[in-house]
Amino acid sequence: MFEGLDFALDPGGALLLTGPNGSGKSSLLRVMAGLTPPVAGGLAWNGESLHEDPAAHRARLHFVGHLDALKPVLTAGESLAFWAAMRGGDHGAVQRALARFHLEALADLPCRFLSAGQRRRLALARLVASAAPLWLLDEPSTGLDEASTADLLAAIAEHRRGGGMIVAATHLDLPLERAALLALQDFAPRRAA
Amino acid sequence: MSAFLAVVQRDLRLALRQGSDAALVLAFFVLAVVLFPFGVGPEPQLLARIAAGVVWVTALLAALLSLDRLFQLDYEDGSLEMLALTPLSLPSLVLAKCLAHWLTTGLPLVLAAPALAALLNLQTEGYFPLLLAMGLGTPSLSLVGAVGAALTLGARRAGVLLSLLVLPLYIPVLIFGVASVDQAVAGLAILPHLSILAAFLLAALPLAPLAAAAALRSALE
Repeated sequence: MFEGLDFALDPGGALLLTGPNGSGKSSLLRVMAGLTPPVAGGLAWNGESLHEDPAAHRARLHFVGHLDALKPVLTAGESLAFWAAMRGGDHGAVQRALARFHLEALADLPCRFLSAGQRRRLALARLVASAAPLWLLDEPSTGLDEASTADLLAAIAEHRRGGGMIVAATHLDLPLERAALLALQDFAPRRAA
Repeated sequence: MSAFLAVVQRDLRLALRQGSDAALVLAFFVLAVVLFPFGVGPEPQLLARIAAGVVWVTALLAALLSLDRLFQLDYEDGSLEMLALTPLSLPSLVLAKCLAHWLTTGLPLVLAAPALAALLNLQTEGYFPLLLAMGLGTPSLSLVGAVGAALTLGARRAGVLLSLLVLPLYIPVLIFGVASVDQAVAGLAILPHLSILAAFLLAALPLAPLAAAAALRSALE
């Protein structure tokens, strides 16, 4: 899918993964999350290989994939509280996260009644409901209206001010300040003709 | 620990809100047992002889019925992936899900078993051993079943594959579960049989979550 890739991310940094469909944006995010092992090469956090302590790596990352991971019968508030509890987030953090993405009014509504955009906002609210220094976002702004995209950008900016890091795969334009770009099509494997 | 309890609480809440799944398992158990007198005839002696076996075999099948939803729904909606990325280790996650699964399907089967045994005219000496054996055996069914459910995750016709994979592994629980009731009715010691059921559970408790976690990891790659 890709080869010869080499990058580093500093605290407060952002990395945008771009490239056509199938260039490996999602796969790279899954490798960075530790879901998929790389065929060759490795990843390190502060110089320490991720494979030494996968549990510690999982504790310091948030991953938002294509799927929203919401249950139709649980309310928005319950879903968010569950995911926060899995990472040590408390009740106050859950309320702040709901407010951040303007979901307070939907907190008692079962997720089956939420629209696609609202489900997406709820999935993104997980990022704020418990703290983790590394956010891995796969097409985070898909399905969001302008106001919600602004909410997301504000949350990202605040996260980076606090020293957090972002890696986002996107083919939509996500205006992030001082973001490094990684165009994955430049790293496509060269096959012998 | 709080993350472990959060998973148990979530799965219990999901099972209660979508009550039909757990109720279906119990309804299958009751119906299947009630069918036997129609099939083999109503003689009390015959029914009393086969009561323990019928209750156990139908309990196995009922437990099997509920296994495919153990990971499947979480897998489809992306929850499993997210759960695998939380600090809670994958074997602990499997254990939490097995506990919730047993509480919503295994425990109702245990509680319903004496009533169904009464329908089949089981002799009075057999009730307490039946409860004990089911109480020790059904958690093993959930644990061993979780390995099968994890292995068949994402496979086509996973339900059929799951039965072929899991039912042979249920045989030890069936043998010693039925034997402990039969021994009690015959007036013999039941402790050896219950001990073997307990040993099976103690072995499954650490091993099944490890095996299921390995299967889940490869399913999520």
